Formats: sequence, structure tokens, C-alpha cells
Amino acid sequence: MVAVKTIRKSLTGAQAAAEAMKQVDVDVVAAYPITPQTPIVQEYAQFVADGIVNTEMIQVESEHSAMSAVIGAAASGARATTATSAQGLAYMWEMVGIASTLRLPIVMNIVNRALSGPLNIHCDHSDAMSIRDLGWIMLFSENPQEVYYNNILAFRIAEDPRVFLPVAVNQDGFITSHCVEAVDVLEDEFVKKFVGDYKYPYTLLDFENPISVGEWAMPSHYFEFRVSVQKAIEDSVPVIEEIFDKFYQETGVKFDFFEGYRVEDADIVFISMGSTSGTVRYVVDRMRSKGGKVGSINVRVFRPFRIDKLLNIIPNAKYLVVMDRSLSFGTTGSPLYQDITSGLYSKDRCLLVNNYVYGLGGRDITDTDIEEVYEHALYSMSEGISGQVVYVGLNPSFVKK
Amino acid sequence: MPVNLKQIAGVELKFTKGHRMCAGCGVAIFVRELSAAAQDLGIDLVFSNATGCLEVTTSVYPESSWKYPWIHSAFENASATISGVERAYYALKAKGKINHDKKVKFVAIAGDGGSYDIGLQSMSGAMERGHNILFISYDNEAYMNTGYQRSSATPLYANTTTAPFGKSVPGKTQPRKDLFAIAVAHGIPYAATVSIYYWNDLITKVQKALTIEGPTFILSITPCIPGWAMPTGDAVSLSKSAVETGYWPLIEYENGVYKWSPSNPKQLKPIEEFVSKQKRFEGMLKKPELVEHFRQEVIQNYEKYKKLCGVA
Ligand SMILES: Cc1ncc(C[n+]2csc(CCOP(=O)(O)OP(=O)(O)O)c2C)c(N)n1
Ligand code: SF4
Repeated sequence: MVAVKTIRKSLTGAQAAAEAMKQVDVDVVAAYPITPQTPIVQEYAQFVADGIVNTEMIQVESEHSAMSAVIGAAASGARATTATSAQGLAYMWEMVGIASTLRLPIVMNIVNRALSGPLNIHCDHSDAMSIRDLGWIMLFSENPQEVYYNNILAFRIAEDPRVFLPVAVNQDGFITSHCVEAVDVLEDEFVKKFVGDYKYPYTLLDFENPISVGEWAMPSHYFEFRVSVQKAIEDSVPVIEEIFDKFYQETGVKFDFFEGYRVEDADIVFISMGSTSGTVRYVVDRMRSKGGKVGSINVRVFRPFRIDKLLNIIPNAKYLVVMDRSLSFGTTGSPLYQDITSGLYSKDRCLLVNNYVYGLGGRDITDTDIEEVYEHALYSMSEGISGQVVYVGLNPSFVKK
Repeated sequence: MPVNLKQIAGVELKFTKGHRMCAGCGVAIFVRELSAAAQDLGIDLVFSNATGCLEVTTSVYPESSWKYPWIHSAFENASATISGVERAYYALKAKGKINHDKKVKFVAIAGDGGSYDIGLQSMSGAMERGHNILFISYDNEAYMNTGYQRSSATPLYANTTTAPFGKSVPGKTQPRKDLFAIAVAHGIPYAATVSIYYWNDLITKVQKALTIEGPTFILSITPCIPGWAMPTGDAVSLSKSAVETGYWPLIEYENGVYKWSPSNPKQLKPIEEFVSKQKRFEGMLKKPELVEHFRQEVIQNYEKYKKLCGVA
């Protein structure tokens, strides 16, 4: 059914991102190096240096300027992109929120890394979570293949006239960004056609019909600007569905907001994001072979977060294992857990849910850890325990104190 | 390319009336002169405006005083934002996606806060990268938009809300930062200081800064009515007296050569002429030793630039 050809390449997640950026023919890239994002930009700089792409690359002096320059470029009608991690994202945070309220279809790769302090360069999701309320569509990738597909889909989603919002493509620092895997790369022509030309309805570079971008809004108007972002992100839901469907029709590759695995009849459902989802599926298979009624969900679209879609695929669930790779200090649980619990309440679904916080600062999460989580889940389900935060893999000496 | 005042006075400016700047604001006058200079030249401009007085008073949604393409994104990043616009322009032109044959310059405009302080990194980065931009600092010597707080451009002993003149501390205790020297140190091809009173000098310099390829720099002294605590009608005369007293030497830097502008006075007037009309110096004026120190700072700076310009 699918005619499009693919070439299998050995790529890291970082290279997969750069490969997609090359194929969509980005006009402007502005970025500042930070581990573990750096290889994306280095790879792309080499494409520019070798004349493989026709892109203006701005070697800015900071992440704040990277996002600022990308905002300027996108407002000028250019397809513009950047990439960052952790402190870089924190440093550009001010501009991240401005990009979405200006309704600029910027794509940014985030190679997820723990926020300081203490200083740590390894993977967790605390950087991405810090921008979750800023009006960006947020995709998460499990492996280099998904990084590649997500990047292509991101441009198409962002630039859809019904959306015009920025999109962040997340991948796990080092785990995904630096590990080589086999990636099926689509043909250049296909990608070009699938993404299409970027046509922004307004451009700063129209000298005959000059526009003002980013004005000062009084209380009489500010509210409406913010609500328009909310509306746009809500309205992006059917557009994302449509684009996923088109991608499926044309490539045979199926994507959804939530990727369910053996969930249909599952009592216990793991919910996770990023590279951990693969390990979870592996454990699910093992537990299934022992007769456990267990399944898993990989969150691929984290914003907009659609609890209805999630609940639809787990009709029989009794217990949810919500795995968060970040903390939200001083509240009931971590971000994904908060979204899920508040979502359950609003949908009048009463399930047992516990929050399993794991892997901060790159702490390893193994199949054995996940099996232990499963044991905990079985016990909690039988005892009716809900609303707990469990730290997975915390040093025992620390727990004792 | 000196211009005829009558000619430019008759032009309908692309920086329009109807903005909300204070009556008599030096910044408004400066931007009008700037606009006249650009229009006389027939060059297309794109503005990136830092947060500050100029931005908040001219872009109150849904109105705008700008008939130029104009963007504001934040306080510290006018230069980074315009860098993206500028690169987008050349990228899209190379790909045949825009058709534009007129000369164009990309302008970042900021107050002293958006240039000397929080905006310095972004300005420096853009200059170092060599974009085809003009960076303009309209220097009203404090953060006026937020209520006259000190900046690193605030002069010695001036009273501001965050460096107030008091019994123990005499206002701002540090002299001004030399942003002109910093700009020049980037190896840019052109930089100049201007004063709104000397409109001909200003227009000539702005036109050069707009036509020379690469990063160029204009530093304008722009009196602020409430911030300087001065009479409403005095912005122009104070910009004149700033030059006449040597407080604001008019200079140019072009490809390695400093030039003394012809409008500089033959004989300096006493510094009191400049400071006595501004209540921000009220405290300093009561203490002769402070005035003396202020005078020394001014003369030192004046002599430094005279020497650089090779003027005896
Ligand atoms: C990151 C950040 N810090 C502080 C502010 C508050 N702020 C807005 S404008 C401004 C001062 C602007 O001063 P200046 O650049 O000298 O321009 P002026 O208002 O004098 O024209 C300040 C402190 C801000 N908008 N953003
Ligand atoms: S506060 Fe000063 S700089 Fe701001 S508009 Fe008024 S006079 Fe102009």
C-alpha cells in the first residue's frame, strides 16, 4: 500500500534530528551549544559548511539570543529552528513564551537534561517540564527513529494555518541523542512534499505593507491574546490527528497521542514518556508471560494533553503507574501525574494512581527497577493505595536519613 | 550628504504622530530625525525595538506609530531579534522567496538599559557576527520606562530612584560607562555620537550608518523630561548645551579613524550650564567638590576623544 521508499541508516538521535532538519530545508538555524544537544547543531553546521543545505546559520552568543533570532526569522517568514537542553532552555525561557504568543511556527529540538543544581548533564525531563505551560506543542520521542519522524511531523503541525504554534521535539539526553540505532530515512523528495512550503500570512519583510509584531497590550487586550493561544493549542488536536493520519496513509507509520501497548484488557497500566517506554514494554511482555494483566502507554504528545484519548485506550484499567522523570516541588506529584489525576477527576473516572518518580539526573532505570514498580503496583492495587509518590531507585542510605 | 531642513520638515514621517511619549521627550524628537534621515535616503528599514519608553509608548495595541516593519520581542534582545530578521531576509532572497531590490538596513533600537546593561551581550554578539545592522542606543541616561532607575549610562552624582541622592550617598557614585568605546572595540566599520539639536550632523551620520555595510552604531543623547527633572521644552536646548559644555562630544569613527565633528565648540562653556537646568543634579550642585569631580570626569572624557580624533 505504501509506495514511499526508505533508506536504513545508522544514526544517533542527534543525527536523526539533523537529518530531518536537512530534509525539510530550514531557512534559518540559530543555536548555542550545550551538552547533550551539541551534536545536533554540529552535524547541521557541517551540512552548511559542505553546501548540502541552503540555510543561514547564526552562531549566537547565548540561548536567549538563539530563541530571539529564531523569533525574528520566523516573523520574517522564514522556516526557523533551534535546539537546546536544560540550562539553555532555562536561559531562553523568557523567549519561549513569547514565541508561542506571537504564534510563530518554530520547531525546537530539546535534548532532555536535568536542570541545575547541582550541575548535571544527564537525562531527565525537568527542562521540558519547565515550559509545559508556555503554549508549545510538545512531542516526545522514544528512540532516534521517533526523533526523526517527530521532526518531520513537527514542521507540518507547526506550520498548519489552523495551528501556527511552535513545536518542541523532545528526546532523552545521551540515551537517545548519543546512541546509534537503525533509522529508516524517508526520501528527500517525499519529506519536502509532505512538509510543504512554509507560508506565513504576515511577514516583517513586506516593506509595502509594514506590520508591527509584538506590541504592548493593555489589560483591554492582553487576556484575548493569551486565550487565543489556548484556543490554538486546543484546535491543534484535530489537525495533529489529521497529520498523523496522512503520515500513516503515505508511509505506513502510525502515530497517536498515546501509544498503547497490550492495554485493552490491562488492569495495571504504566504511563511513561521518552526512552523509558521501551524498557517498560519489555517488562510488560515479561509480566504478561507470567499471566499479569498489564499494559503500557507511551506519551508521544504531551501538549496538548488529551486525557480523553488516554482513557479511551484503557477501558479496563484499575491502576495507573505514572512514571515521571521530573519533580514538581511542593505539590501532590510530578507533572505527568498531575495531568493524569486532574484529568481523571474531570472525566469522572475513579482509578487508583500512584506516581513513580525515577531517573532524575540520569539515574539508571532498569528492567529490574520496573519489575519492582510492578510489584509495588500489584500490592497497592490489592490494598487500594492511591495518591502516593514513590521514588524509584533512590539511594537506600538517603532513604534511611 | 547634508540635507535641507525645509525639505525634510515637509515629509510625512513613517514614525507617526499619535504616540504616547511625554510632551517634549527627546527620544521622540530623535526618532523623528532618524526617520527623516532614512526617508531622505530612500532606504528601507526594519526596526527591532527593545522594551523601554520608545516601545511602550509607540505600540499600544491595536495602534502603532510605526509605518516601518517593526518588531519587539523583549528588553535585552533587540540585536538578537534583528539578527534573525536580517539572516531571514538574505536566506529568503537567496531562495527567491522574496523579491526586494531596494537598499535595506536592519535597525536595533534600545534605550541605555537595552544597550549599556541588559542588552549589551546581545548587541555585542550581533556586532561580532557582522550582521548588516545599525544599532542605535537612545541614551536618556536611566531606565525611564520603569521610573528613572540608574543605568550604567547614568552620570556621576545624578539622582535616580535606585541611586538616590541622600545624606550618606551622593546619588550615583560611578561615572558613565563608555559604550561608544565598547562598540568600536568590536571592529565595526562605523560608529558616531549625535545630539538632536545638531540635526544636520545627526542626519549626515545616521545616513552614513545606514548605508555602510555591516554593523554600525549610533549613540544619541536624548533628554528625558521627568527623568532629568527638567522643564518640558528643554530637550533640544539641553542636547545643545551637552555638546557646548563638552559633556557630549560629537564624534565619528570610520574604518579605524576617529573624527571630531565640526559642530563641537571652539571653546567649552561651563558645565553648570548643562547640569543646573536638571533637578537630578540638585544635590550635586550644592556641593562644590562634587561638581568639581563631575567636571573633571567630563573634561577627561572630552580630552580622551579629542586626542583620539587628533584634535589639538
Ligand atoms: C528581563 C527584564 N528585566 C526587567 C524589565 C523591566 N524593564 C522594562 S523597560 C526597563 C527599563 C528600560 O530602560 P532603557 O533601556 O534605558 O529605556 P528607556 O525606558 O529609558 O527608554 C526595565 C527595567 C524587563 N522588561 N525585562
Ligand atoms: S519618560 Fe522620558 S524618555 Fe520616556 S517618554 Fe517621557 S520623556 Fe520620553
